[in-house]
Amino acid sequence: MNEWTAICRVQDIPPLGARRVARQRGLDVAIFRTSGDEVFALLDRCPHKGGVLSQGIVFGRQVACPLHNWTIGLDNGAAREPDEGCTPSFAVRVDAGMVYLDADELATRALEPTRPVAGPCHRHVAPT
Amino acid sequence: MKKPRLVMIGNGMAGVRTLEELIKLAPDLYDITVFGAEPHPNYNRILLSPVLAGEQTLEEIILNDWAWYTDNHVTLHAGCKVTHVDRARRLVHAENAAGDKMVAEYDRLLMATGSHPFILPVAGNDLPGVLAYRDIADTQAMIDAAAKFRHAVVIGGGLLGLEAANGLMKRGMSVTVVHVSPTLLERQLDATAGRLLQKSLEERGLKFLIGAQTQALVAGPDGRVAKVVFKDGTEVPADLVVMAVGIRPNTELAEGMRLHVNRGIVVSDTMQTVTDGRIYAVGECAAHRGIAYGLVAPLFEQGKVVANHLAEFGIGRYQGSLTSTKLKVTGIDLFSAGNFQGGQETEEIVLSDPFAGVYKKLVIQDDKLVGACLYGDTVDGSWYFKLLREGRSVADIRERLMFGESNIGDTGHEGNTKAAAMADTDEVCGCNGVTKGAICKAIKDKGLFTLEEVRKHTKASASCGSCTGLVEQLIMFTAGGDYSASPRLKPLCGCTEHGHQAVRDAIREHHLLSVPAVMRFMDWTTPDGCPSCRPALNYYLLSTWPKEAVDDPQSRFINERSHANIQKDGSYSVIPRMWGGETNASELRRIADVVDKYAIPTVKVTGGQRIDLLGVKKEDLIGVWQDLGMPCGHAYAKALRTVKTCVGSEWCRMGTQDSTQMGKDLERAMWRMYAPHKVKFAVSGCPRNCAESGIKDVGVIGVDSGWEIYVGGNGGIKTEVAQFLVKLKTAEEVLEHTGAFMQLYREEGWYLERTVHYIHRVGLDHVRQRVVDDADGRRALWERLQFALDGEPDPWFEFDQARVDTRQFQPVAEVEAAKTAVATPVV
Repeated sequence: MNEWTAICRVQDIPPLGARRVARQRGLDVAIFRTSGDEVFALLDRCPHKGGVLSQGIVFGRQVACPLHNWTIGLDNGAAREPDEGCTPSFAVRVDAGMVYLDADELATRALEPTRPVAGPCHRHVAPT
Repeated sequence: MKKPRLVMIGNGMAGVRTLEELIKLAPDLYDITVFGAEPHPNYNRILLSPVLAGEQTLEEIILNDWAWYTDNHVTLHAGCKVTHVDRARRLVHAENAAGDKMVAEYDRLLMATGSHPFILPVAGNDLPGVLAYRDIADTQAMIDAAAKFRHAVVIGGGLLGLEAANGLMKRGMSVTVVHVSPTLLERQLDATAGRLLQKSLEERGLKFLIGAQTQALVAGPDGRVAKVVFKDGTEVPADLVVMAVGIRPNTELAEGMRLHVNRGIVVSDTMQTVTDGRIYAVGECAAHRGIAYGLVAPLFEQGKVVANHLAEFGIGRYQGSLTSTKLKVTGIDLFSAGNFQGGQETEEIVLSDPFAGVYKKLVIQDDKLVGACLYGDTVDGSWYFKLLREGRSVADIRERLMFGESNIGDTGHEGNTKAAAMADTDEVCGCNGVTKGAICKAIKDKGLFTLEEVRKHTKASASCGSCTGLVEQLIMFTAGGDYSASPRLKPLCGCTEHGHQAVRDAIREHHLLSVPAVMRFMDWTTPDGCPSCRPALNYYLLSTWPKEAVDDPQSRFINERSHANIQKDGSYSVIPRMWGGETNASELRRIADVVDKYAIPTVKVTGGQRIDLLGVKKEDLIGVWQDLGMPCGHAYAKALRTVKTCVGSEWCRMGTQDSTQMGKDLERAMWRMYAPHKVKFAVSGCPRNCAESGIKDVGVIGVDSGWEIYVGGNGGIKTEVAQFLVKLKTAEEVLEHTGAFMQLYREEGWYLERTVHYIHRVGLDHVRQRVVDDADGRRALWERLQFALDGEPDPWFEFDQARVDTRQFQPVAEVEAAKTAVATPVV
């Protein structure tokens, strides 16, 4: 039995847009809204090079990653062929205009992935 | 419910590609049955020449193995010839080699019967040892003959004949090519290039009998062909005779079915036969608007249209293709397209260097390129082909036309321009780290034919595009694909069949004001477009109807939605505007304080004389903008970015004009200006040009007597030096001319087209006429730009007017790690 966590109203997400849900552990979860007001949730991380999917352009049931324009399916997190890769997806329930995510999934799913690292930390090799 | 049945007659490249496209669109719509006369799965017929030459094996050229048919539930009857079709009962009758008969019912029928080689009607044309060159069996017979016999004669000096002759020679035979016309490849090359080709092939060891007319093929004592006799009585020994005098569409079956046939099975733009709407024809057997194509790219385009129709999408139309030619003989480069022979109405530009083996001829009619024939150096072939297709005036580039525009960028591939000379480990695409070997392997393993496909699968040439020319060469060498045969009109994206210009025109003529309105009006095939078309439409609307059309942030790339530049880790970079590149202590102090307060990891001075703060968290963007208190720099947008200046006459002992002030005035007049692509200006105070005006979209150079204006420069992928537009006296004139040029580009440019490409497309003469010669028109353009920019908001401060959705800067909710916690929506 799922324990649903209330996240926001559907209208808090722009149509053909996304918002992100911050978690205490693990990367954000991106929630997307299609032109037909369907709502989908994916780990906010492109399977290619870790781009922030919530910042992409939403079209149909897909989102284009802002980094290298990979197309990710909103319903399953899979990259469009011939690209290969998949980002974890999260169960969504929409009830009376409210969006709910599964509390157990939020707390336990895909906690390990990290963002790519950028900036000056690259230049130094940590002393051993 | 029972599925409708689709039967395909023919198992060749065009037909199977059509099925692939159909299965992609509608995997379970039909029960599919295929009849193929050859006992093989679908293979790449174009690569029979490399197989004959021993450069590839038969296994390597299989495109769809047996498993493909099973996996996709396609019933294949290979080695099974269709004898007749009963259109009234919708039955296909076939027979295999053993004489077993079978019948298949159809609801839709696809004719993909390809073509037949033409056999000369001379005595002895049916002797053992006399072959056509069309399929695997012919190729195998030639390979077997080369192992046993010595003398080969190839009749026909066209593409196929020369490839056959080259292959047989490589297999050790002594080969004579018999050609009835005065020069080789007379349908692809003019006489000079044909003779150069002949000389080069003779140096490799081929022999030619030019102008010889074959009388008869005569058998030896063993009954096999032994010699070829000509009309003038001479003869040559021949243990093998290959007929390569042309192909013709295979329409016997269609004629038996009483389908209308005229140079092929006559089809409409939807590739349905004009006789029977249930029956489609695709490939070499089909005649579309009087043309039966023989190159893969047009055939694959046809296949897409057929698949689209069979999938009941009903939106595709085939409108014909322009084609160009290359020869697949390793080490010989030739290219031709259009009307390369020329005639009375045409002018020719010719470059001939027989010693170096280079010959180029360009044919021009009414200031337009109408044909090209290149031998020995074909690197510019695709550029000429593009000019030819677009039909733009070449008057302004006529003197440079012959020297080409090498479609290869300047950087990222170690200066290589000839793909064949590169090693497998050499990097072709410097953006995505793709080597020549990786590209060739993908082309072979995945059966890729077009640039688009190679980009999708390997990412080579998919980023900056600098290596496009090299990738095209690799496709040519590896797949034998005629990559450059392309539709006359390039659609804006996969969502529509309309091109950029048609979309721009419709928005203007029909006063369309929103992205959905354009999509409805122009019959977009997707509900809400894609990341290619939506930003383009949004720009076209805003630039055509300023103050009327409403910006749609969701149709903008993230950078133009968050007004900062996204970095690889999801953080952003912030570049405040500094007018003309000048700053002061107060601004620098604020920048320093912001860097400390928000712990910004990197501060960098940019090429455009601005300061870049890198690694700003999205949550901090609004705070950073507020604390900086400087205008938005638009360094993330398709808009005016920077105006780079030198110090000029205020300080410089060489300076002749106040370039810094000129730069500030230009920047203040045109900041917030969205454009088809990013726009950069520079102003130098003297011809030493310290601001690098020669590689900017608009470069202004001060001289003692005034200002020179240069346009269309670019320092990027391919360094493009700006072209001189006009010399002016006053700063006011500089503003007006620059503004007018910008407005012209904003109104006429295609989305993502830099000024250099815009000018290449429309011609500098057009720009000069509109901006320099027509004073009233210029003032009107400048006024329209000022109207569009008047009152435009600064997106870092005026969020509502700029339609910045500030909700994006915060998470919509933060959830606790513990399972029982309740989410706290953030307001």
